[in-house]
Amino acid sequence: MLVALVLAGLTGLPAAQTPQSPAPYTVVSRDGRQPLPARSINGQEMFAIDDLARIFGFTTKDDPIAGGLTITLRGQSILLSPNQEIASVAGRLISLPAPPAREGRAWFVPVDFVARALAPVAGTPIELRKPSRLVLLGDIRMPRVAGRIESLGALARLTLDVAPTTPHAVTQEGNRLILRFEADAIDASLPTSPVPELIAGVRPEGAAAIAVELGPRHASFRSSDLPGDRGGVRIVIEVVAKTTDTPAAPSPTAPAAEAPPLLDLVPAGTLRTVVIDPGHGGADEGARGAGGSVEKSVTLAVARRLKAALEARLGVRTLLTRDGDTALGLDERAAVANNNKADLFISLHANASVRPGAAGAQVFYLSLEELGDEARRAASAPRETLPVFGGGSRDIEVVAWRFAQARHIERSASFARTVEAALRARVTMSARPLQQAPLRALVGANMPAVLIEMGFMSNPQQAAQLGSDEYQNAIVQAVVDGVIQFRDGRGAAPAPVPQVPGR
Amino acid sequence: MTRRAILSVVGFVVAAIVIWGVLFVAVPRWSRGGADSAAPDGSTAGTPPAAQRKITATLYYVDDDGLSLVPAQRDVPFGEPVVEQARFIVEAQLAAPAQPLVSAVPAGTTLRALYLSELGDAFVDLSGDITSKHTGGSMDEILTVYAIVNALTVNLPAITRVQILVDGKEVDTLAGHVDLRNPLSKNLTWVTADNPS
Repeated sequence: MLVALVLAGLTGLPAAQTPQSPAPYTVVSRDGRQPLPARSINGQEMFAIDDLARIFGFTTKDDPIAGGLTITLRGQSILLSPNQEIASVAGRLISLPAPPAREGRAWFVPVDFVARALAPVAGTPIELRKPSRLVLLGDIRMPRVAGRIESLGALARLTLDVAPTTPHAVTQEGNRLILRFEADAIDASLPTSPVPELIAGVRPEGAAAIAVELGPRHASFRSSDLPGDRGGVRIVIEVVAKTTDTPAAPSPTAPAAEAPPLLDLVPAGTLRTVVIDPGHGGADEGARGAGGSVEKSVTLAVARRLKAALEARLGVRTLLTRDGDTALGLDERAAVANNNKADLFISLHANASVRPGAAGAQVFYLSLEELGDEARRAASAPRETLPVFGGGSRDIEVVAWRFAQARHIERSASFARTVEAALRARVTMSARPLQQAPLRALVGANMPAVLIEMGFMSNPQQAAQLGSDEYQNAIVQAVVDGVIQFRDGRGAAPAPVPQVPGR
Repeated sequence: MTRRAILSVVGFVVAAIVIWGVLFVAVPRWSRGGADSAAPDGSTAGTPPAAQRKITATLYYVDDDGLSLVPAQRDVPFGEPVVEQARFIVEAQLAAPAQPLVSAVPAGTTLRALYLSELGDAFVDLSGDITSKHTGGSMDEILTVYAIVNALTVNLPAITRVQILVDGKEVDTLAGHVDLRNPLSKNLTWVTADNPS
């Protein structure tokens, strides 16, 4: 019996005997669908490396000395280490929500491994959809569709939110409306409580269509598309009852957009606190401008404007690391953000070059390579359990200060790309607009963090610009736009991983 | 007298060990390490004194746009062991270049000392001018740091990482931007792909 159970577990059969086993994921590709079993280990959903190897076609090799695992996919390597929340993917570090787990010779990795480690080296698009337990492999068009039905007296309204926007057509076939999407499949969460007289049911029809069963009292229907949230579309289908039965159509078509969005597209796109760091200050004047202006004054002026704009437009709590001409250490700046549990850290600077022609703004985020293995070790620092007054205990997350940023690198990169794109729309960017560098100010920030170089003080024209209301406001507008887009998950798409020569 | 005899014997033995060490440990190690990109000009037999020999090294200067390092091939005195060669390379990198090249390191900066660890980490101790005379721009700071880091790591494969010290002390940064608390590895991100001049 025991052998049978073990065999069942190993072959990936539904392991009903393991109460913790979550439902399997489904891998959708051009070749069809196949299940991908998931397991719950230490409260974390994980995939077995062996299952992933079968689906994604990679090879693995144990490293008996370091105790790690090397995964080779398309000639590129992913290195996993036991008990470490950081993996190396083609030489770059990525973070995982939990360390890999081992059972005997079998390795398990958090489900996010698919998106964070495999996707960058797979050479084909890979998308992990945790809410619908899907892994899209290849160029699959599979919009998410979520719907609800409302009864409005003489009419019933079906509202479908679709993301991303997908071409579609509604046709009537007898007592059914067929809503066809130009897609390979749809990822649908359809309403289950019909209005039997008008809309008797909503069901999937084939791979990429939805059938709306019309009830006995239906007379006609109208369909309209409204702009949806975050790049999606809202399809509203209203089914009108036969007028003989009802004296009047009581309900004017209320704007459907008032209803809350049906699709939770971004996991908690909340932004509570932003910390802005005006660079330099006090005796540290920073770069000197051609006309005698100093960086520390420019950064403070822009920071104050940015604070006012973020508070007014986003209603978000915004703090400055310094609100005067005071000296502040680099760790103290990150500490203001960490101690206030900021969701974003924005350090403002102005540049200088020995070449007076240098011009344009730049956005930086931290590079980890320079920290090497130490960062890898430190990012997997154990949780410490401390006793709590009154009994019991509490897990405290201990992060080494100098490696705090390591776990936020991917979101920092995304935020940096978003801010860079927003700046590009309003001010001149340098020829190296988006950069990754070992910047001291960002190392200790325990949240997504960027450093913005607003322009070159050493360039006389730019020095004059940097002191002007117009330019400062343009920077502020751009950063606010970038923050809103990042918050709403509408950030710039990931750029291909830059190949750094010489490593 | 016997005491003096013993001392002279000890002295002779120490001298022999030093000579043996130079001949059989330092020289082969340096020759191996430097063979890729910084090969000495002459062959080992019948060469002129070391002080007159030269190697060709790649040094780095600030590009016109202020955003990149331009590589340039320059003759640098031959030195051995590798730590001595490293000193010559850094001194050449610190020296003011001919027009139109512009140095990535503030003028007047001098090399105070250079140490090499067993692990291939070079510690480059520079005078305070590198901080006090710096423009203070993060882009310039990146170029300053990586001109020095790359000049050593590109030319001397035996050196894998470089830590910059200022006036004999470890520093956080030069001007508030690039983290210098750890040794840095070779990074050619900011080097232009142009052909070396």
